[in-house]
Parts: sequence; structure tokens; C-alpha cells
Amino acid sequence: MDGAFVGTTFWRLMAALPLTLEVWFLSVVLGGLIAAGVVWMRVGGSKPLEILARAYVALFRGTPLLIQLFIVYYGLASLPAVRHSLFWPILREPFNCGVLALGLCTAGYQAEIFRGALLAVPHGAVEAARACGMSRLLLFRRIVFPIALRAGLPAYSTEMISMVKATALVSLITLWDVMSVALKIRNDTLVTYLPLILAGAIYFTVNYILGAAFLSLERRLSPHLRPRPS
Amino acid sequence: MPAPTTALAVKDMRKRFGALEVLKGISLTANDGDVISILGSSGSGKSTFLRCINLLETPDAGEVTVAGELIKMRRRADGTAEPAERRQVDRIRSELGMVFQNFNLWSHLTVLENLIEAPVHVQKRPRAECVDEAKALLAKVGIADKWSYYPAHLSGGQQQRAAIARALAMRPKVMLFDEPTSALDPELVGEVLRVMRALADEGRTMLVVTHEMGFARDVSTRVMFLHQGLVEAEGEPDALFSGATSERFRQFISKERG
Ligand SMILES: Nc1ncnc2c1ncn2[C@@H]1O[C@H](COP(=O)(O)OP(=O)(O)O)[C@@H](O)[C@H]1O
Ligand SMILES: [Mg+2]
Repeated sequence: MDGAFVGTTFWRLMAALPLTLEVWFLSVVLGGLIAAGVVWMRVGGSKPLEILARAYVALFRGTPLLIQLFIVYYGLASLPAVRHSLFWPILREPFNCGVLALGLCTAGYQAEIFRGALLAVPHGAVEAARACGMSRLLLFRRIVFPIALRAGLPAYSTEMISMVKATALVSLITLWDVMSVALKIRNDTLVTYLPLILAGAIYFTVNYILGAAFLSLERRLSPHLRPRPS
Repeated sequence: MPAPTTALAVKDMRKRFGALEVLKGISLTANDGDVISILGSSGSGKSTFLRCINLLETPDAGEVTVAGELIKMRRRADGTAEPAERRQVDRIRSELGMVFQNFNLWSHLTVLENLIEAPVHVQKRPRAECVDEAKALLAKVGIADKWSYYPAHLSGGQQQRAAIARALAMRPKVMLFDEPTSALDPELVGEVLRVMRALADEGRTMLVVTHEMGFARDVSTRVMFLHQGLVEAEGEPDALFSGATSERFRQFISKERG
């Protein structure tokens, strides 16, 4: 093993990073949208919808992501109803299956984060806004959302970081992400650790940057939590 | 002398929470410049009364008229009442400035941002104008230098004064105070009462739920004493405090004096 091998391995892994990031980004956005719907059902006041929302969260948090991924990738594809449906052109692509499975799963976690963040909005702040004549939409946009955002950010950043790591599972459904390239190099070269260590270093760096970005956002949004100016 | 104009009229307001009938028909008329203190022991329905006026709670029956405009209500199929027009309620709320026991400032906004929030976004007034007015209001309540602070960085008394300024920033026709000094350390009560007294002196129309007997007696033009959801005694403070009217009120004030 020489320096040149380290270099080529590193750059082959780096070439797969865009796909990893794409799967990550699309799945957390999709998950966020689903989560918004789930939370809306959860706190909207309708009992049947609330039960449905609770069931969603229980299901997707309670089962291994790997099983969810395989069910979407192998299971759905084997159903004739799906094969003949509008969605087949989408679900035929492993990439889309990966994004969908990851998105469905993170939605369960994000929904709980959103719900917790909403619970953190003081009742008095909402009441003061209503007493000022704010409409529901304005109240949400100007008061509830900004306060909930600040309350939910730490948990949300943890979930974003978990999801970067979770993308490694799509290596099992034929996608060429960082993980699967690392596995391929191991197989081809019989070098056991180096590809794994380099891949791990890449995930670590991405997450380090992500964590720092969230932390700085958190600081910027929360001057009211800093010590009193002297 | 011209006849006084009515800023706020409440007619026969009723409200129950389940089996508990909290307001059993309460009426009140506040003319421009009136300062009405609402007294009563804990649980007598004072907060509920104030909150029904700006529809933070929906009254079961009764009429609320603000500056001549009646809040339109209607009945749902199950017989409960609801406002007929959300927009009307939102507009009338912006004409009623509410001050809460626990201040309820918006923690993520600076004091100045708290003050201009509703004027800019609800009343859609020009931002620059709102900022100027907000700074003048902060000077009036004595915290001009704190405009860039967040609520968490202020003392309770300063927070309550900021909350009063926030309510004033909407140019309300009537101010509603729900025990504005009850959550304050004793040494901070005075600074808030001074601000309220100044507002009364400049002719603001105010409804004040309070346990401050000195304020009720010296500042208000009228006092209303609630007992178990009814007006037990009402009148000018001198007459009422001299003990002419109600035995219950006499007992109440002797207890408040401790
Ligand atoms: N949202 C509510 N639901 C049920 N009961 C309530 C509610 N708000 C107030 N009450 C009850 O109504 C009564 C009057 O309350 P309140 O108006 O807060 O009294 P006060 O402000 O005079 O102390 C109390 O017994 C209180 O427990
Ligand atoms: Mg009360």
C-alpha cells in the first residue's frame, strides 16, 4: 500500500460524495414535508387523524430502516399494482426508492421533533399575539414558527447528522454512494481497512461541518439566550 | 359639556366552563377616559371577564361593543356561541390593548421588535413611523435605553413596562390590564403602577383587574367588585371604599389589607 493508492482511493470515494449528499438532501426535505403533514394531523384536533399520525411515528421509528428500505425497494416492486401504477417510473429507480425509504423514516423522527418544538412555544406568547389581533397565519409565521424553530434546532441538527450516516444503507440497493464505493474497493483490492477508514473520515467531515453550521445558526438565532449585555 | 362617548360597553355577559358558571350576567360601560378597577377574590371571574371582552375566551352570551362597533356573534348547531367574523374580531382586538399578569413578551424579539410587531404586521403601518412611535413609548414608560434588549435581559418591572408599551403601540381605544403587578417582586410594583397612573392621568380608557387597593381607590374613576360571577358592588371609589354599600366588599378590603 502506497501513497498513490491512498490518493486514488480517496478521490474515488470523493467522487461518490455528491450522490450521498443528494440522497441525504432529498430525503430530509421529503421527510420534512411528510413530517409537517404528520404533525398537522397529530395536533390538529381530529382524533382519527391523530391516531393515524401516532401510528405513522410508531411504525417508522419502531422498525429498522434497513427493513423499510428493502420493503420499498424489493417489496413494492414485486406488487403488480405498483408495477402498473403511475408511480412505477419513479419506484423503478433505486435512487428514488432510497430517497423515499429514507424520507419516510426521517419523517417519523422529524414529526416528533416538530411536535416537541411546538410544545415549547409558551402559551402566553400565543395569547399575546391573538390579543394583538394576529390572524392564525400571521401568528404562526411571526410568533409560533420562529420560537419553535429555535426550540427544535438542536434536536433537528442531530437528526440531520443521523441521516447523513443512514444514507450508507443505500449501498445495499445498488446505488454508488460513498459506502458502496468503499465496499467495492475492498472487494477488488483486498485492502481491508483503508477504504473504510477513508469513507469514515469523509462522513465524519461532512457531519462536522453540518454540526458546526447548525450550531452557528443556533447562536445567530438565539441572542436572547446569551448573557445580558453589560 | 358634551356627552361622554362610550369606549366600551358590555351587556349581560355570561360564561361557563362545563358545570361551573363563572360569569352570570355582567354589564359594564366605560366612557372615554374612564379608569375602571375590577376587584374580587381569586376565582371570582375577573380574568374570564377581561378575556371574554377581547374574545380570548368566547362568551356564551352577551354583547361587547367597542367604540360603537358591536362584535358579531352567532350560534353553532350545538348552541354554543362563536364569533361570526374572524376578521372583525382580529380588528377589534387590535383596538383593545391587553396587558397580562406574566407580561407575555415575545422572547425571540427585542423590546423594540416586540413593540412594532403588531403595528407593522397587523395594522400594516409604515415601519419607520412605528419605530419612532415605539421609541417614544419606551421613553414614556422609562426604558428608552433598553430598546435593543431581549425580554430575558430585563427585570420583571421592566418587562411589564415594555408589555404596556407594546399594547400602547397599537394605539388602542381601551387598555385591559389583568393583574399587571401580581407577578412582580414587591419592590418592582411601584414602577409599573406609576406608569399606569400616568396613563390614567393622560385620559386613557382603562379596565384594570388588580389587588392594589391604593390604585383602585386613588386612580380609578369607578370600581367594580365581582363576587361569584356577579357584580356585587359598583360605584365611585370614594363611595365604595367608605363602606356604604356592600358588607362583602368591606370584608374583601379588610382581607386585602391583610
Ligand atoms: N379555561 C378554563 N377552563 C375551566 N375553568 C376555568 C378556565 N378559566 C378559568 N376557569 C375557572 O373559572 C373561575 C374564574 O377564573 P378567573 O376568571 O381566572 O378568576 P380570577 O381572575 O378572578 O381569579 C375559576 O374557578 C377558574 O378555575
Ligand atoms: Mg385572574
